[in-house]
Amino acid sequence: MDKVTFSVFRGHPDESGSPIGEMIEYTVDLDEGMVVLDVIHRIQAEEAPDLACRWNCKAGKCGSCSAEVNGKPRLMCMTRMDDIKEEMGDYEGPVDIRPMQSFPLVRDLVTDTSWAYEVDRKIKPINGPEEPDWVFNQHEADRIQEFRSCIECMLCVNTCHVMREHQKFDEFAGPRFFVRLASLEMHPLDTENRIPEIKDDFGLSYCNITRCCTEVCPAGIQITDNALIPLKERVVTEYFDPLVNPIKALGNLTSGVFSYLSEDFVQTADPGNNKQATNAQDAERSRIEEAKKLESERTEKARERFRTE
Amino acid sequence: MDKSYSEWDFDVVVIGAGGAGLRAAIEASSNGAKVGMISKSMLGKAHTVMAEGGAAAALANKDHRDSWKIHFRDTMKGGKYLSDWRMAKVHAQQAPDRIRELEQWGAVFDRTPEGKTSQRNFGGHTYPRLAHIGDATGLELIRTLQQRGIHTGMEVFMEYTVRHLFKKDGRVVGCFAYNRSDGSLHLFRAKSIVLATGGITRCWEVCSGSWEYTGEGHALAYWTGAEMGDMEFVQFHPTGMIWPPSVKGILVTEGVRGEGGMLTNSEGKRFMFDYVPEMYREEFADTEVESSEWVKEVVAGKLATKRRPPELLTRDVVAKAINSEKAAGRASEHGGAYLDISWRKSEEIKKKLPGMYHQFMELAAVDITKEPMEVGPTAHYVMGGVRVDPITQETSVPGLFAAGEAATGLHGANRLGGNSLSDLITFGKIAGEHAAKSASQVGSFEEIDEEEIDTVITEMLEPLGREEGENPAKVVEDLRVMMQNKVGIIRTRELLEEALDDLDDLEVRGKNTMSPGGRVYNPGWHQALEIAAMIDVSRMCALSALMREESRGGHTRDDFPSPDNSKWGNLNSRIKQVDGKMEIDYTSYPSIPDDLRNLLDSEDLVEEE
Repeated sequence: MDKVTFSVFRGHPDESGSPIGEMIEYTVDLDEGMVVLDVIHRIQAEEAPDLACRWNCKAGKCGSCSAEVNGKPRLMCMTRMDDIKEEMGDYEGPVDIRPMQSFPLVRDLVTDTSWAYEVDRKIKPINGPEEPDWVFNQHEADRIQEFRSCIECMLCVNTCHVMREHQKFDEFAGPRFFVRLASLEMHPLDTENRIPEIKDDFGLSYCNITRCCTEVCPAGIQITDNALIPLKERVVTEYFDPLVNPIKALGNLTSGVFSYLSEDFVQTADPGNNKQATNAQDAERSRIEEAKKLESERTEKARERFRTE
Repeated sequence: MDKSYSEWDFDVVVIGAGGAGLRAAIEASSNGAKVGMISKSMLGKAHTVMAEGGAAAALANKDHRDSWKIHFRDTMKGGKYLSDWRMAKVHAQQAPDRIRELEQWGAVFDRTPEGKTSQRNFGGHTYPRLAHIGDATGLELIRTLQQRGIHTGMEVFMEYTVRHLFKKDGRVVGCFAYNRSDGSLHLFRAKSIVLATGGITRCWEVCSGSWEYTGEGHALAYWTGAEMGDMEFVQFHPTGMIWPPSVKGILVTEGVRGEGGMLTNSEGKRFMFDYVPEMYREEFADTEVESSEWVKEVVAGKLATKRRPPELLTRDVVAKAINSEKAAGRASEHGGAYLDISWRKSEEIKKKLPGMYHQFMELAAVDITKEPMEVGPTAHYVMGGVRVDPITQETSVPGLFAAGEAATGLHGANRLGGNSLSDLITFGKIAGEHAAKSASQVGSFEEIDEEEIDTVITEMLEPLGREEGENPAKVVEDLRVMMQNKVGIIRTRELLEEALDDLDDLEVRGKNTMSPGGRVYNPGWHQALEIAAMIDVSRMCALSALMREESRGGHTRDDFPSPDNSKWGNLNSRIKQVDGKMEIDYTSYPSIPDDLRNLLDSEDLVEEE
């Protein structure tokens, strides 16, 4: 029987909220096909029943068992031990398991993510139709269905340097909630204009598209390309495009559009990002055009129906 | 140890934050009640997120021939005529509005070419009926309700577990809970309570349920004197993952078969043709040619003119068929059956079944667009639960309501796939509405007896204080293995009698477990506290299974392998705690009025009488 050794963080917050604790080693049997969460469960069953760990579905659908495994944020239930062994190569040392580092510690591997529920509450609910007679096509649905596949594991928030290094939890909504805002902003039935709050209340400009969130997303959502950049583009269109809105743009130009733009798009570390960002902006422009077209078609259809009735 | 507790007052307390609980809380709030919602997990993580295939509602978007009447008929037939027809009617009539309402609230189901809500085929449903989003419909449902709910003013208590319901003069007046995260204690006074606590399938070793499915809602109702019903009927979903061992039980959606997935045995034979029950023989294809023509029509978006493949028989039938093939020595490599969808285009599979594609790729290293899956039965759903009034969802205890999997009535002896999500939103709404009304008729909050509170607290803290005792994980593991072996898919008198004896032993062991480590987020302590509920729900299941000497839907007796309509055709088991003892008797729903009876299949009914 194969054995595996885990080095697991065991600890609690001190009075100021900072984690205190130690890494403790556990060695248990390893069966075929096990995932990291199975090993944690075996440690609980055999050695440490009080080892705190949050989990629910064990199938990658609920987003509860987020942790940092060998330094990489991931879902413990979807991380196979075979892959961990492969990653570690010849290195025999223990597998390192820690809680998400950006959130306050509760105990051991459990963190306090209540911040997320506070942000969620600040987002205005959908302003949908009163009468149930809408139609929209799969092409429109596809775009937001991607966002709606988010399982709220918070790995993206945990990884984002705006949170992790700068703790901007009060000023910045974090990748998860920009995905949520994008799903509303691009929702075919929502009539709310969300751009002002996305810019001012949720602090989108803190994001400088380093793509870390997208890399860790277990649901495979293209957070950067499909949510963040399109939202940034919409902010630019709404506030800074002289063709779309000459008066607003003038006002904003004098109040520092250059710093806004440079913060967003120029100072990115990776020059490749700029090119991708430009492409994504172009794509978003044509999508906005497409959406406008669909919207006017829909209005026309409704009018048509009204006329015939 | 510190026995202090916080106190809260709410008009309506909803226990459980899955689909039914959230829908009930939204409705109670909109009826003017001050609502507190208690959730064992974080908000949005409840078991509803695991639902895959879809929510059944006769929208008739994909096939204009569908209507609530046919949905009613399918539900009654699938439940082997043990459902409460009044609930089956309300459900079939109201589910379409509940689905439309979800879209109004932001849900984005897959679309038809005309831009309406698309619908998919599922076992036992005559027409494509399940609104869905890929194979992650539960996530869409819970997220939509969660995002609606947080703006309705309800207060949410996340990671709290309810331990006890209080009664005064026969009416429920509050409950006691602890916070799993920090170990603090909480008293909730309430004018009415909604139980929306989901199911019990964690009592079996191979199950599709999360850790939450320990049956505490069922047990709380039972302990407080409510009538329970139909507890022998447990649905073993035919297709759970079976390999590798650590993923055993994880659900493989019925949507795979709805999209054309074929079941084969070790000899490569599509064995389901051999298992079509008499009552379904006219509705299902009897050749592979006809089956594949049906699939072609459906995939092309045409109205089906051929009969459907036998893979889409009801879940009880398919699960038993896989079991029989295994018994006959024709199992797949790891003891199940093969389920193959790889004949369809790779991109179609990834679009329609993205979750299944990733689940098999990541957990089993199987590419389902190229090779078959291996599947086998997994404990998935309990049809039984708290008996409720079909109009209000109130239980036999005044002020206590139940909805969703915690309640019984809609599904009879076997639930149709897709009827669970529609059950949650239909009856969640009704329970919330009537709980709010009931609360509005109660003047003030009742004071709760200090002594009773003290007893609850003392019992809760016992495992933490014990100097020696078993690891609760061991007791739970033994319970689950025992239930798997003795109260599983195929049951016999001997095994069930043994199970009841074993449960007595396990109960003693469960009362002597030890949980070192304090009150802050201590999973060992949480588990120790769950055992009593698991024991009593397992006992209800074993007892009612022992008494029902026939086979029907989700209850199969090897010693009584056929349905016995003359004796059991319209008898529903009823369990109640009397003087601390579990007592069982039988009851029937009122007879079906003629207009509804005419919707049912006359031959089946003749058989029933």
